[in-house]
Amino acid sequence: MSMATTIITDMFAYDFMINAFTAAGIAAVVSGIVGYFLVMRGQTFAGHALSHIGFAGATGAGLIGLAPLWGLIAFTLAAGVIMGALSERISNRDVAIGVVLALALGFGLLFLHYHTSFATQATALLFGNVLAVDHAMIATLALLGAITLAGLAFIMRPLVFSSLQPELAEAKGVPLRAVSVAFLAIVALAVSVCAQIVGVLLVFTLMVGPPAAAQRVTTGLWSGLFVSAGLAIGEAWLGLTMAFYTDWPVSFCIACLSALAYFVCIALPKQTRPAQVAPAS
Amino acid sequence: MSAVALEHVTLQLGGRAVLSDVSFEIQAGEFIGVLGPNGAGKTTLMRAILGLLAPGAGRIKVFGQPPECGNPAIGYLPQLRTVLPDLRIRGRDVIAGSLNGERWGLALSSRRDRLMVEETLEAVGAHELANRPLAEMSGGERQRLLLAQALIGSPRLLLLDEPLISLDARRQEIAIDVVRRVCRERKITVLFSAHELNQLLGTLDRVLYLGNGHAVLGSVEEVVTAPILSKLFGTEIQVLRADGHIFVMSRGLDVERTDHLHDHGHEHGHHHHH
Repeated sequence: MSMATTIITDMFAYDFMINAFTAAGIAAVVSGIVGYFLVMRGQTFAGHALSHIGFAGATGAGLIGLAPLWGLIAFTLAAGVIMGALSERISNRDVAIGVVLALALGFGLLFLHYHTSFATQATALLFGNVLAVDHAMIATLALLGAITLAGLAFIMRPLVFSSLQPELAEAKGVPLRAVSVAFLAIVALAVSVCAQIVGVLLVFTLMVGPPAAAQRVTTGLWSGLFVSAGLAIGEAWLGLTMAFYTDWPVSFCIACLSALAYFVCIALPKQTRPAQVAPAS
Repeated sequence: MSAVALEHVTLQLGGRAVLSDVSFEIQAGEFIGVLGPNGAGKTTLMRAILGLLAPGAGRIKVFGQPPECGNPAIGYLPQLRTVLPDLRIRGRDVIAGSLNGERWGLALSSRRDRLMVEETLEAVGAHELANRPLAEMSGGERQRLLLAQALIGSPRLLLLDEPLISLDARRQEIAIDVVRRVCRERKITVLFSAHELNQLLGTLDRVLYLGNGHAVLGSVEEVVTAPILSKLFGTEIQVLRADGHIFVMSRGLDVERTDHLHDHGHEHGHHHHH
């Protein structure tokens, strides 16, 4: 047996590894695709804030005896819709988002304070715990992922138009605000899915790293989407493999690979056809 | 049929009447230079024609119909063109994204759409250019690409809002030439707003001068005169004609050129975040 097959059969001898690969694969596809639009719209910081707000929701849910995932979803969805509705004024203002983000983390801490037995789960929330994913969680992630991608497919056309050329999109009758609200609601769901794998603090590793790297290697819209999703899956699965053999935390491995891929792509010569030589205008 | 007709139209922006009781009629196929000081309502007028701003009073007709948001007969090049610096999506895909961009669903373009994009890119000589991301184009290149975009779908009316801004003199001439050639060929009515009259002199059929809430439409000889411009600018204006050029002066200063220097922030201050 070759070394590669040995590596794979060793890993997949464990159910928890099969579960982890499945869950990470779902989260990576959703994050890579939704994140591509987040980067396109220059709203990455808003996405980051959503995950932090979700932390407060998850710990709050724990406090009242609900599964953290539902608190996470409720808070990120609500925050996403509010940010989208205030779009012009808030969602692109780093300072306002930063203040809300810090406040949300503060509330998360408060909820933890009153629910001490929950504290062990805090690390899992913050940094992810993909190795503990069970079948029920995989089903939930698959459902959430499907809803997220279906929603995105529905709004993709006006989303692309209003992201690239908002002034013109408005003139053509695109409801900018509705698109913005719908998109941030979709981001909220994607963040909830992604946070189950890498934790709320590290959602950037799958939602921003791969799309940002993809934009460096291709300038096409669809090719960018595919490269982004592919990179996210590659980083997630390679990260799991790395973690299995080194015993380092999975999220650390994924974060490393995400940063590595991004910096390698930045170092590559820009994927741009040479400027034409003839009339310079 | 007239392409654009205004009957006693008043347009308000934030409670202020930008244009009041304005009437004029633009014939189909005309090339109209839209001029006037900052804040005179050039952009506001275009937004009203697009159906983005309802008139406070009076009636607007576009090809005999009331303005309608998303009217496919109108091609539009907005003045403020947001280009995110990190955005590395090629020009061709940006343009394709604007096609039917108001519909829901996946952003797939049909073969017919792609042909339409290619044909229009060819018409303005932006075929090669469109492989590059917008953020990496010069001002002139970007303008050319966005002009192509405004022409897609065979519009009958083209609203070009300050397309010459940020172009040097030579590139301004090239841009005007492209617009003139394509629009004459396709018999498109053009409203072309600009700061400087002189470059458009050989191209425009009539000039629409806005200022002080008023609008005057007519030939350059009729409109660009000291009495009319003094009324529109609300200050004493001299008009000097020399060597085929027209200089609009206020107290010895060239109005158009000095206007250019502080171009930003009047009419659309609320838009300026890039």
